[in-house]
Order: sequence, then C-alpha cells, then structure tokens
Amino acid sequence: MTVVEGTTTYDVARIRGDFPILGRRLSGDLPLVYLDSANTSQKPRQVIDAIDDHYRHHNANVARAMHQLGAEASEAFELGRDKVAAFIGAPSRDEVVYTKNASEALNLVARVLGDAGRVGAGDEVVITEMEHHSNIVPWQQLTQRTGATLRWFGVTDEGRLDLDDINTLITERTKVVSLTWVSNMLGTINPLDVVIAKAHAVGALVVVDASQAVPQIPVDVAALGADFVAFTGHKLVGPTGIGVLWGRYDLLAELPPFLGGGEMIETVTMQGSTYAAPPSRFEAGTPPIAESVGIGAAVDYLSSIGMAEIAAHEQTITAYALGAMQEIDGLTVIGPKEAVDRGGAISFTLDGVHPHDVSQLLDSRGVAVRAGHHCAKPLHLRFGVQSTTRASFYLYTTEQEIDALVEALHHTKKYFGA
Amino acid sequence: MNVDSLYQEIILDHYKHPHGAGLREPFEAEVHHVNPTCGDEITLRVHLDGETVSDVSYAAQGCSISQASVSVLNDLIIGKSVDEGMAVLDTFTELMQGKGKVEPDEDVLEDGIAFAGVAQFPARVKCALLGWMAWKDAVSQALVTNNASTPSASTTGDPA
Repeated sequence: MTVVEGTTTYDVARIRGDFPILGRRLSGDLPLVYLDSANTSQKPRQVIDAIDDHYRHHNANVARAMHQLGAEASEAFELGRDKVAAFIGAPSRDEVVYTKNASEALNLVARVLGDAGRVGAGDEVVITEMEHHSNIVPWQQLTQRTGATLRWFGVTDEGRLDLDDINTLITERTKVVSLTWVSNMLGTINPLDVVIAKAHAVGALVVVDASQAVPQIPVDVAALGADFVAFTGHKLVGPTGIGVLWGRYDLLAELPPFLGGGEMIETVTMQGSTYAAPPSRFEAGTPPIAESVGIGAAVDYLSSIGMAEIAAHEQTITAYALGAMQEIDGLTVIGPKEAVDRGGAISFTLDGVHPHDVSQLLDSRGVAVRAGHHCAKPLHLRFGVQSTTRASFYLYTTEQEIDALVEALHHTKKYFGA
Repeated sequence: MNVDSLYQEIILDHYKHPHGAGLREPFEAEVHHVNPTCGDEITLRVHLDGETVSDVSYAAQGCSISQASVSVLNDLIIGKSVDEGMAVLDTFTELMQGKGKVEPDEDVLEDGIAFAGVAQFPARVKCALLGWMAWKDAVSQALVTNNASTPSASTTGDPA
C-alpha cells in the first residue's frame, strides 16, 4: 500500500505520444493542458484501437450466439475479465463482477447485503466524511430501508481520516465499514490496514471505494484483505460504461442477485427462477462487451509501464504541484499539503474568486480542471467551503503543465483583481 | 470563444457590488434553489403589493455569473407588475437559451444584455438562470398565498 518513493522513471513525452487527444489544440490555437484525470482519464490509442478492432472484426453478443463471431466476442469479453483479475491480484477471475461504473458496484453491494439480511434494524454501517456521494447515498438508502444506523468517521484539519474514535465507531454492532482508499477531493491515501483489521476483529465486512486508487497505485486485493473493492474503467485509461466490483468468492456465492434479467439465471420457470454462479449472477442483461475489451487493453497498457512507476510519477508531479501552487498568494490547498500518503488530486480555493470563475479563466488558457463540490458535499462542508477548484494528474502529466496552471492562476487573480 | 465576452465589466461590477442583496421583510414567499451540479445556492424572497413586485431580497452563494444575474434581476423586477416581470424573465431566458444567436433587447433587459455572452458557454447558462428560476418559483407561491388570503379571490373561484 506504500507509494513508491522517487522520481519519474519513464519517458513522459513518449507516453504522451500514445494519447491522441493530448495533441489537440483548443480554441485560440492553445495546447490542451489536461488536469482533470481524477474526473476521467484520457485514452491511449492502444485502448481506442482495441475497441475499434473489436467492433470492426469481432462484434456479436456474448455467451448466447453459436456462430463464429459469437465465439470470438465471448472469448474477447472474458479475456478482458482475466486481465482485470490479474491486474488487481484477484485469486479468481470469477471474483470480478462487471458493472456499469463504480457507483453501480457500490450500490450492488449495499443492495444485496440488505436483501441477504446482513444489515438489519439495530445494526450499524460505518462510512467516512471524505466519501464521494457514490459511497454515501447507497448506505443512507440501505440504513433507511433496514432501520440500521449510519455512522461516520471524521476528517482531521489536515485532511486525514480521524482514527481517534475508531474503537467507539467500529463495535460489535457494526456490520459493514465502507470507505475510500484515495480521496477524490483531498487526495488523501487512507490507512486501510488499520480499518480493515479493526472491522474484521468485530466481524464486520469491509467495502473499499478504489476508484481513485486502482488507476494510481499498485493494487493487490488478496493482500489488501478487504471483502469488496469497487472501481471504474474510465479513470484508468479505459472506456466509460464499465465498472468493476471485486468480491471474495465465498461471499459473492452466498449473496442474492442484484438486477434480474438475461445471463444471471440458472433456469427460469413460470413459478420462479434459480440463479447463476458469480460473476454472472450479478450481471443481468447484455454486458459491456467492447468495454471489457477496452478495460483489458487499458490494464495491459498500464502494466507495460508498471503501476509502481506510475505511482512514483504521480507522487513526483504532485509534490512539484503542491510546491508551485502554494507559492501563490491567496491560494489555499484543502487536504494534505505535502506529497506523503497522497494521490494526485489537489483541491484548492483562491481568495476572492469563485471556483467556477477560476475554472472558466483557466479554460480560457487551455487548462482543464474541475470546479464544484466534486460529489463530496459533506467533505466541503467539513472544510467550510461550498466548492473548490481541483487539479488532478496522471501518468502523462508534465511539470510544464503544472507551470501552465500556475501561470494561468496568476492571470486569473489579475483578471478578477483578487 | 473569448472569455471577455463572458465576463463583461457590467457583470463584474454587479458581482463585486450586488444590488439589493440580503434578506428582508415583509415577504409572502421564500424559496431555496440549488444548482445540483455545482452547489451554487440562493435563498430568495418576494414581497408583492397587490399586483406589484415591491421587493425581491436574497442571500446567494455562487460564482460571479449567478451573483451578478440576481443583482440585475433585482434592478429589473422591483416596481414592475408580476406580468411585466414574467415577460422580462421570458426575454432573459430566451437570450440565455439562444446559443449566442439572439440579439439582446436593451430596452427590456438593460444591464441584462451583458449576459448575451453567457449564452455561448452552455455550462454557465444554468448559473445565469439560477436566481431567475428562484424568482419565478417564489412569485408563483406568493400569488397563491395572496389569493388564499384575499376573500374576493376565493369567491371568484379562479383556479389560478
């Protein structure tokens, strides 16, 4: 779980050559400075070509077409699952359930744990103040549905998970602990080992939102020891429309289905249905076929560079950005101010300029960032801000792009007389 | 697209010195509107004197466009009849949704013509309309409140 120390070990310029969109010129013939990768990553031609090739040469529905194309499409679809399983160190490919995104993966877990009676009246579910709405709302819905209680870890002023009351929060009443690995707003990397050990000691299940983690740091779900891990394809240079729920096989095997439909059944009669084994049990309907090909190409691409190397670059570029940005008068970083146990997302405020106006002015200089509440309203409230501007980095981000951001921020200040 | 066409001087002036800001009494209706995609918020009150909009007061948190827009609304609407105010709203909405192809009518919109550039930035149109949608909602509620408390209104049986 420790991020590799050190400097960038690969040729970023060569990597950038793989991403056609990074060569785009924006209006005014400005080069694109894409600093919104925590929102969605850009795609290398290896991924684009794999999807293109699938649609051009192998397209058919999976598992139900007996013809040659059907066999090719089924094989390509399942090969994507094999690649994802290997990428995250899953003990079995059958532990990789495809969803449409990370939100659906988290909703799936919350729904079926309730349906299975694993969370009921008097029980407690523990989440944290730094969750994305995707890891808040499904648990609010579950606890409201079942009469359970939702409890929250707080966040320290520095933007770290506040573990002081872990012993009063996680108790024998706790059935589920669900938390993010890397905060999408603060960038904080959470000490999952401490939380998982405590949760398992009281018999609670642990769900990890790894949406910002799997793209940035080496992940081995077997070593991690959590019970469920959710993430999404489009943040790891893969396509939109495909998410992943990894779950321990013994758990998946005893949980009821999520959505009903084709592919998730064993047999259907007018009296009732029986259900397929995992992962099919949780994959009703035609699955994201070309997207599985795409996510497979994406993890191949990341592996060819090396996740430890990508994590080292992320840390290098984040340290550089934190240093450069905090030299700007009136700029306040919300979250850890040093690149220690920290991912590549930096949220900040600029005195006297609303985040929307910051992002609009940056856009006028070709710098793409995100402004708003980043689907983390409770966390913004915790820091007393309504919204922030967020710059986020990835394997293709350069120091020159950070310099362009800093220059554009100075311009923004001048423009608004702040 | 030139960002200067978005941030007209008039808009920045209204942003820095908003007209009629703050919540005041009396009022017949108060609404709270949020732009869920960005979190911008406004609480807005309407006070009607018969058919006349005698006050629009507000507390808002948001970007320069949303703040300046409600400041301009305050200038344009107070003192007008509800029908006249609704007509201004329609003109402003038409300008905002015109993708930059609608010629703004200065006689109707006054400082509001500065928002013509906003229409070219689709992501910001909602910012400009936040206060106006809140006003539309509040004035509709105020009319219901006034009708309910006016005996002649209930005897006419007018469902509006």
